[in-house]
Amino acid sequence: MNKPALPRLLTLCLLAAAAVVVSSLPAAADSRDILIKNGTILTVTKGVIPKGDVLVIGGIIKQIGGTIAAPPGVRVVDAAGRYVLPGIIDSHTHIALAGTNEGSEAITPEADVGTVINADDTAILTALSGGVTMVHTMHGSANPIGGPNVVLKMKWGRPSEELVVKEALPTLKFALGENVKQSGRTVQPGQTQRYPATRMGVNAIIRREFEKARNYMAQWDRYNRAAAAKNPPRNLVPPRKDLRLEVLAEVLRGERVARCHSYQATETLEFMELAKEFGFKVQCFEHIWEGYKIADELAAAGIGISVFADSWAYKMEAAEGIAYDAGYCAKHGVLVSINSDSGERIRRLFNDAAKTMKYGGLTEDEALRLVTINPAIQLGVDKLVGSLEVGKQGDIAIFSEHPMSAYTRCDMTIIEGDVYFDRDQVLKEREEAAKKAAAPRDKGGAS
Amino acid sequence: MTKRSLVIALLIIILAPFASAQAKPDKVIAITNVRIIPVVGAEIPKGTIVVKDGLIAGIGADIAVPAGAEVVDAAGLRAYPGMIDGYSSLGLVEISGVSATVDNRETGRINPQARALEAIRYDSMHIPIARSNGITAAVVAPSGGLISGVSCLVKLDGRTNREMAVEGAAAMQIELPGLRTGRGGFGGGRGAAQVRADGPTLLAELKGLFGAARAYEKRRDAAARNKLLALPEFNETYEALLPLLKGEMPAMISVHSERDIRAAIQFVREEGLKAVFYGVEQGFKAADELAKAGIPVVLGSLYDMPPVWEDGYDALFRNPGILAKAGVKIAFSSSSASVAKDLPYHAAKAAAFGLDKAEALKAVTINTAEIFGVADKMGSLEKGKAANIVLADDDILELRTNIKKVYIDGRETDLSNRYTELLKKFEKK
Repeated sequence: MNKPALPRLLTLCLLAAAAVVVSSLPAAADSRDILIKNGTILTVTKGVIPKGDVLVIGGIIKQIGGTIAAPPGVRVVDAAGRYVLPGIIDSHTHIALAGTNEGSEAITPEADVGTVINADDTAILTALSGGVTMVHTMHGSANPIGGPNVVLKMKWGRPSEELVVKEALPTLKFALGENVKQSGRTVQPGQTQRYPATRMGVNAIIRREFEKARNYMAQWDRYNRAAAAKNPPRNLVPPRKDLRLEVLAEVLRGERVARCHSYQATETLEFMELAKEFGFKVQCFEHIWEGYKIADELAAAGIGISVFADSWAYKMEAAEGIAYDAGYCAKHGVLVSINSDSGERIRRLFNDAAKTMKYGGLTEDEALRLVTINPAIQLGVDKLVGSLEVGKQGDIAIFSEHPMSAYTRCDMTIIEGDVYFDRDQVLKEREEAAKKAAAPRDKGGAS
Repeated sequence: MTKRSLVIALLIIILAPFASAQAKPDKVIAITNVRIIPVVGAEIPKGTIVVKDGLIAGIGADIAVPAGAEVVDAAGLRAYPGMIDGYSSLGLVEISGVSATVDNRETGRINPQARALEAIRYDSMHIPIARSNGITAAVVAPSGGLISGVSCLVKLDGRTNREMAVEGAAAMQIELPGLRTGRGGFGGGRGAAQVRADGPTLLAELKGLFGAARAYEKRRDAAARNKLLALPEFNETYEALLPLLKGEMPAMISVHSERDIRAAIQFVREEGLKAVFYGVEQGFKAADELAKAGIPVVLGSLYDMPPVWEDGYDALFRNPGILAKAGVKIAFSSSSASVAKDLPYHAAKAAAFGLDKAEALKAVTINTAEIFGVADKMGSLEKGKAANIVLADDDILELRTNIKKVYIDGRETDLSNRYTELLKKFEKK
């Protein structure tokens, strides 16, 4: 197995050189300092500053409001006539993953999407172009118990490890209804229908798994107690490690919260019963098109919802999904976020949030919360992001008009002080490319 | 005149008002103190619109309220013409994932005999939702295959599908292959990077088909003139294509790539067709040719990714502005049933990326009416046109704007809908 040392060294050098080239790719992702001047600042949590500056140093917001002098060497962005707001957060999407669903079995809590992050997914650029700085990218809804999800920052050009937000609340995807009972799937000859195929079965299988997890935890408790005893019994055998139940045990211990895809009122209420029965925490119901039917129950249980604005009637369980859902629930004390669930809708979350003003009567400020601080709270990162406050991370978007206007456009997206999307830069590059394409080529002679 | 005919004549005179009352609202409405955005002509900061027999009988700053008119004081509101959706599946698709409720896609590839109007579910839950957002008319189009069928233009009010019809046969829908691979999709939004190769091939197939239909017509007509000639077998496809080939209806061609757009322009010219293009995502690369050919464009949904990533993230958003600037007549579409209500927001999105705001408004009203040949009836607030009037508390293209009243043919429509009914049913008082 001996290889000559020299080529190996050469390879290493080449790899190192390549790494340098690749890491220098992102447009301006190196300084973490930026001063945004003269914008209308929508802090979300601390009101609106009609005209003022925001200073980010080392990726953290250092100062907001008034006129701030630019420290030497800090990039200055003029936002006069424009709106400065916290980076938009998508509480439920599936972008930047090399796989979404482990749908071959009904119960797959070991299938962690955090292991298949794809930092090269161009949907990250799409998200950035819509002011999105953070996403909760999730396991799909093919199984009653899917897998753990992961929270990412949209740091295009950075290695996947750098995208992961480690401070975020660990979550596990659950799903109910048509997707998991596979009502849209035609069973081919030779195949059998996967269990469960009814909402009864869905509830039962989740209960079964939590019973198993409880039992598993008890087995380990018993073993650990016995092993710690002064005179452990001879032939003491540890229980078999079960990767599925380990994840569910985290949920039962409160170390991981449930994010549950649900549409109809009944299945949602029953999942809440399960949570009560087993004492686990449901952080959010996803999509929950019939949320308005059970808004009081959701509010009383302190469970948030992450929903579409009005994309409805695409399947039977979405047939009563009215555009008032988000606004109505928000008015009734439910913590609401508007999500994309898509690599396209992600760039117009602000438009979707604005719809709750017409359908639900939310104010501009309340509507903006649905895509900023509310998803931050749902993801457990509201101490870090979700609003413009001194000490929070410098995740900022600059919009041409108020973000709740239909005529608005995202002009710049900044993460921790670094510019990841700059419309002016895009236009400049486009113009240069067009010039280059139009220029007459040199005659003769290859270059 | 006999006694009997006299009685009949008298009866007609007596009953006539009742008969017309049934067909048209007899009451005169005067909408006063309203800011009028007529779309055609200058804005009137404060004026009156008089509605009579379903039509706009008077409009302007100094219009007197006729005696006995019902006065609607619209102080603080704006009056717009009702918006027209340039391409939708309203009434054909109820719940897209439940095939039992989907009627916009016939099986097979060549279906000129399929007529959207004949399948429109006039009590679709999506129609009142669109209407309550200020959309008063829509093109309803079948899709799929190469020739999808005949679209219609309907007003979003009526007791039956036939009552809704404004143009029973708006266009023959023809589809060239899309560039897109899907709507952004679940896991990321990148479209196919390559233009599929079968656009020109399909146009060649259409040429053959049209040629055969013309030959069929000749044989049929010759046989009709000369009883000695054998009648050709009845051919449903050719028969259904003849109105298109005679120029009695336009072809609405779904066309997406730059190359296919150029090929389709040539095809339309060679075949001597009236045409509207639909989709036209790469139109900005052939804007001058489209303008020169005088072919109007109904844009596809802007809720989509650029089909070719290299066109730039904002390709669909800036496309309308570039086309309009080049002189192409554009109209927006929802390309949807369940979110047909969002028509104005597609226009506003394009305005954020370079389309003139006034042009954006035209592209959901008068342009659409002109493209489908109904501008004499709708698309603007002008004397003599149908009283399709929307009263809004702000800019009609804005997301936050509330629509207060919608009149179609002079009748105030019911703004309650599936949304409001369900909310009412479940909300805690």
